[in-house]
Amino acid sequence: MNALAQAGYTTSTGEATQFWVLAIFAVAGALGTVMMKKAVHSALCLAGTMVILAVFYLANGAYFLGVVQIVVYTGAVMMLFLFVLMLVGISAADSLKETIKGQRWLAMLCGIGFGVLLMAGIGNASLSSFEGLEDANSGGNVHGLAALIFRDYVFAFELTGALLITAAVAGMVLTHREKTEATPTQREQAAQRVRDGVQVPPMPAPGVYARHNAVDIPALLPDGTPSELTVNRTLRDRGQIRDVSAQALADLAAIEQRTADYQGKALEPDTGDDAEPNGSVSANAGGKAGKGEGE
Amino acid sequence: MNPVNYLYLAALLFTIGAAGVLIRRNAIVVFMCIELMLNACNLALITFSRMHGNLDGQIVAFFTMVVAAAEVVVGLAIIVSFYRSRHSASVDDAALMKL
Amino acid sequence: MESLIGLLVAAPLLGAAVLLCGGRRLDRTGHWLGTGLAFTSFVLGLVLFADMLGKDGEERALHSHLFTWIPVEGFQADAAFQLDQLSMTFVLLITGVGSLIHVYSVGYMEHDERRRRFFGYLNLFLAAMLLLVLADNFLLLYVGWEGVGLASYLLIGFWQHKPSAATAAKKAFIVNRVGDVGLSIAIMLMFVTFGTFAFEPVMNSVGETGEGKLTAIGLMLLLAACGKSAQVPLQSWLGDAMEGPTPVSALIHAATMVTAGVYLIVRSGAIFDAAPDAQLVVTIVGAVTLLFGAIVGCAKDDIKKALAGSTMSQIGYMILAAGLGPIGYAFAIMHLVTHGFFKAGLFLGAGSVMHGMNDEVDMRKYGGLRKYMPVTFVTFGLGYLAIIGFPGLSGFFSKDLIIEAAFAKGGTQGWILGGAALLGAALTAYYMTRVMLMTFFGEKRWEADAKGDMPHPHESPKTMTIPMIVLAIGSVGAGAFFDIGERFVHWLEPVTGFEHGHLPDGLSVPMVTGATVACMVLGVAAAWLQYGRRPVPAAAPRGSLLTRAARRDLLQDDFNHVALVKPGEYLTRGLVYLDHKLVDGIVNGTAAAFGGLSARMRRVQNGYARSYAVSMFGGAVVLIAATLLMRAV
Repeated sequence: MNALAQAGYTTSTGEATQFWVLAIFAVAGALGTVMMKKAVHSALCLAGTMVILAVFYLANGAYFLGVVQIVVYTGAVMMLFLFVLMLVGISAADSLKETIKGQRWLAMLCGIGFGVLLMAGIGNASLSSFEGLEDANSGGNVHGLAALIFRDYVFAFELTGALLITAAVAGMVLTHREKTEATPTQREQAAQRVRDGVQVPPMPAPGVYARHNAVDIPALLPDGTPSELTVNRTLRDRGQIRDVSAQALADLAAIEQRTADYQGKALEPDTGDDAEPNGSVSANAGGKAGKGEGE
Repeated sequence: MNPVNYLYLAALLFTIGAAGVLIRRNAIVVFMCIELMLNACNLALITFSRMHGNLDGQIVAFFTMVVAAAEVVVGLAIIVSFYRSRHSASVDDAALMKL
Repeated sequence: MESLIGLLVAAPLLGAAVLLCGGRRLDRTGHWLGTGLAFTSFVLGLVLFADMLGKDGEERALHSHLFTWIPVEGFQADAAFQLDQLSMTFVLLITGVGSLIHVYSVGYMEHDERRRRFFGYLNLFLAAMLLLVLADNFLLLYVGWEGVGLASYLLIGFWQHKPSAATAAKKAFIVNRVGDVGLSIAIMLMFVTFGTFAFEPVMNSVGETGEGKLTAIGLMLLLAACGKSAQVPLQSWLGDAMEGPTPVSALIHAATMVTAGVYLIVRSGAIFDAAPDAQLVVTIVGAVTLLFGAIVGCAKDDIKKALAGSTMSQIGYMILAAGLGPIGYAFAIMHLVTHGFFKAGLFLGAGSVMHGMNDEVDMRKYGGLRKYMPVTFVTFGLGYLAIIGFPGLSGFFSKDLIIEAAFAKGGTQGWILGGAALLGAALTAYYMTRVMLMTFFGEKRWEADAKGDMPHPHESPKTMTIPMIVLAIGSVGAGAFFDIGERFVHWLEPVTGFEHGHLPDGLSVPMVTGATVACMVLGVAAAWLQYGRRPVPAAAPRGSLLTRAARRDLLQDDFNHVALVKPGEYLTRGLVYLDHKLVDGIVNGTAAAFGGLSARMRRVQNGYARSYAVSMFGGAVVLIAATLLMRAV
């Protein structure tokens, strides 16, 4: 093995250091993608791995692809993932408990077998010569790629354009919902509500009587029970309603207690409470009337 | 260091991604694992490009990225429409083919 | 002339095809078409007969080669006809009597809405029978043989809406199949032994063959003859075959079907001559059947069944004569022809009686009909006199010759056979007199039928009486015509050969004749004592053990049931059990095993995409492993 080949066969120490450090993080990110319970965390782990891969692309002389990796993958694709996660729900009942019998073990077995065999194959392959990209990149990496794309691979490139257009149309078609009937007017909605007879007055707004004025906290009905109608259906489906009714009732009790303390009376049963204020009001009225007469 | 190590790394990432596809039920996470597998392939392709001293490997990796982008668009659209009809993003809920 | 032979068969065959395929538009004219074609055949037969008479005895045989049927190396089968004196006799009998029965049927079946179909079947019957007697080899004969079986099945079961008729047809067909198996085995044996089954080469090479093989062939041929001719032990179908319309009975008993067995034995005479053991069995079968049929005939109250027993008995005479060899062949055929006349006449007379009596068949409900049906009475009476062997009428000549020939066999066998034949003659006289007395003499014993209609006996229409008259003339004159100057024997001699029998010492021809006549008189007297002098009871008396057995056809069906049906049933049950448990067990077990396996395999198909993905991934693992292994190797 001569010196030149030897030079092409090994990399610089800096690259080796970079590889070993970043490879650990890349694998950790990949494992995190698979194992994180929340999809958002998985997405973040994946983004990290992709960035590290972009660095590896750059180290391997693929400057253009390294940049594209960051722009397209971590930039566009991962953003798309996050958007969909927001639409669908960040923690949509995704427990890691396996429901299909034996699935996890089979997957593990196949995965380990696959990895071992693949690595054994790589180890077996006679990868003795490494050319390096110095010659190919001599006119610039982007120029070299462009020359190949627009000359040798021009048809494939054109077809890719068609593919992208088709995919864009497909995305629109799949997510588009055809409107099959006219949107009901307010008048029609009101009439329908009366006809149904279930909820005649308008829906309660979220946060009414609540400590938090937040969308995930249901309104409390007059008796203190929470009304799930007031929370968005997506949140309901995900089970992300925060019930604060107990707290609200406790708060109310505390206020009444304070009032009672201030008036120096013991807290009496509800019936007595209700009767006395009525009586005092009528007494006040009688007093006012008497005053009026006196003037 | 021998650049073959990049290939080992690619194989490992690919395997992890594949295992993720098999283990996870959240369709979005499954999809992410697929992206991970594609990226592992790209790493291997770019390493091959360096080994052989030409840019064809990078070209293939480039096309892979394009196809992956298209795939993401369609796949996510499918997940969204599935969620609309089922209120679930679990791949196990799309099990109407059984029995 | 040779080309006319084919037409002889073709005419009724054409009639059958046209009538059966022609549809309803032939309903009004079809019967005349069928009758016309039968007569055409008869006229062709007469033309050929006239031509034949113009030649010398040895040169009379005609051959007509139609086409090579199965041209295979080492297996040559021709569709070829042979018309010699024996065939000619049968042709005239079949077409002549057949045509008369066609005419009779026009009247008899007038009210049957399926008359066209009936005539189609009749024509088919004639065509099959003509093919049988005209074939020049055993294979073509077999075709006709099967055709006769088919036609008889169709005709016996013609009133298939009656379960009894359908059963009788099936019975006839199945019993005939047993005989057919015998014929097919005989043909196979012939092919193995002689390498051919054409009549001439077979008969010519008999001398070079071992007796054992010939005996086997002869016995198989006898089995076939027993099936077709209703001889013991395959006789049971004949009585039930009376379920068919009466013209069918006449056709089966007189002109076709039952005569086929006699024809077969006489035609294969050379084989039997060279196999004395087989010949002896033939004579025994004939003797047993003639007594069997006669005893059955004595006990039956059903007029047609009594006549059926009589047929069985008379065919027994023929078989007996055929078993005697060259001294009997010509007599067998002669009796066959005379029997054809008087038996057809008797059956047509019986049909005429039934026609006038609301289809009543029980003779105990007849009585005194001679005043109401004079023509039927006279023709039936002439047939009666002929069959009992009244001196001068045709039965007298032909039967007497057979009895003489039986004695002439010589030794103890001769005495036994001759004695049986004499006893048969007495019995014949008895049961036929009984039929005659119960039907036409005595008091009226008519009863209303199931619908409550009293019968109004009347003479039948011309289409029915004219054939009866013609047949009666034959019954009277045929015997004398044939016997005087031994005309018939000389006519047949070139084909069947003839030897004069020699009666044993102490017997002479007048003695035998006298004994025959004495037996006949005895039989008539006994019958008159029982049925003529005393009124006939309307309900059958209990009778002796023999009478009761004879009413049940001498237990033939019971014997078949115990000896054949029961073991068959047990065998079937055993096989069904084996089939269910073993064969089905294996099949169902295999199916159940696969079903169970599939039910388990089905669980793999759980619908979860991730499970399928594992399978794919596992497949990828295997592929990589295989690739690596191949590289390593």
